[in-house]
Amino acid sequence: MNQGINVVGLYVDDQDEALKFYVDKLGFRVHTDVRNGTYRWLTVQHPEQPSFQLGLFMPGPPVHDEATAQTLRAMVAKGAMPPLVLSVADCRASYEQLKELGVEFTQEPVDRYGSVDAGFRDPAGNGWKMIQAPKRA
Amino acid sequence: MPSSAALKAGTSSLDNAPREPADTEALQDPALLRRLLRAKDRMDAASHEAWPVKRLAEVSGVSEAHFARSFKRAFALPPHRYLLTRRIEQATTLLRDTDLGITEIAFATGWESLGTFGRTFRDVTGLSPSAMRVQARANLPEIDRVPACVLKAAQRPDLTTAVLEKRRRAAKATVRPSIKEVT
Repeated sequence: MNQGINVVGLYVDDQDEALKFYVDKLGFRVHTDVRNGTYRWLTVQHPEQPSFQLGLFMPGPPVHDEATAQTLRAMVAKGAMPPLVLSVADCRASYEQLKELGVEFTQEPVDRYGSVDAGFRDPAGNGWKMIQAPKRA
Repeated sequence: MPSSAALKAGTSSLDNAPREPADTEALQDPALLRRLLRAKDRMDAASHEAWPVKRLAEVSGVSEAHFARSFKRAFALPPHRYLLTRRIEQATTLLRDTDLGITEIAFATGWESLGTFGRTFRDVTGLSPSAMRVQARANLPEIDRVPACVLKAAQRPDLTTAVLEKRRRAAKATVRPSIKEVT
């Protein structure tokens, strides 16, 4: 793929903690992890989606002034960031597996018109829906 | 200090408690916000259950007094009113998506009486539960491309004023005979 969305980032309050969560629990892989002074560009990838990177970024200088960073951290911590959706083959199986790993679920798997969805949060507060698409007849 | 007028009007002493200025200030501490979010998530997951402040405070790991004040500063409405928005949202979804009777929906969404449910639902949404069922179903075809869970949240009522206050304002807006004017 030559064109399309390549990186979308999330704000997290602790990149080490986020890395552990997305890699050790969700099973993502590290794509890029580079530092320049205090700045750290960190992206991870879903193993089945090599053309897309999820950025795990920290609000703060030099990109943000301290007041802005504070606001962004607060927004993440109170769950005010936009919804994120993860596609899974089997929502209930993934739920059991992730719960076992200590993922904080906000909603148990629910059937809705043939699809099954559950909700969880990353340690920072970003909310994910995990959706299993309806089976094609 | 309560004024004599307030006492004569029979308002409770709670209404006259001094307001802490911090109540209106937005809360910024990420660690505390994350804990409060946990309580909010728990209400979201089980809005039909009873959520006294004590239970919520335990989820967040803070004192009851601290919880109620902090929750409001974080999410701009008190926890019980937030819970109400979720119950109305859930009731609206059940009205739209199921054929459950109004009474069953009232109990399934956490109300203890059908009367309270019907009255509160109308106060908040402006429609009776049965009218809402008709309206929500009429709008269904346009919105089936939004993920169901997101759509549900988008239909949550925006309760920036207390239900009692809403009720009071609605009553004021209608012309009603006043006992005072009958002289």
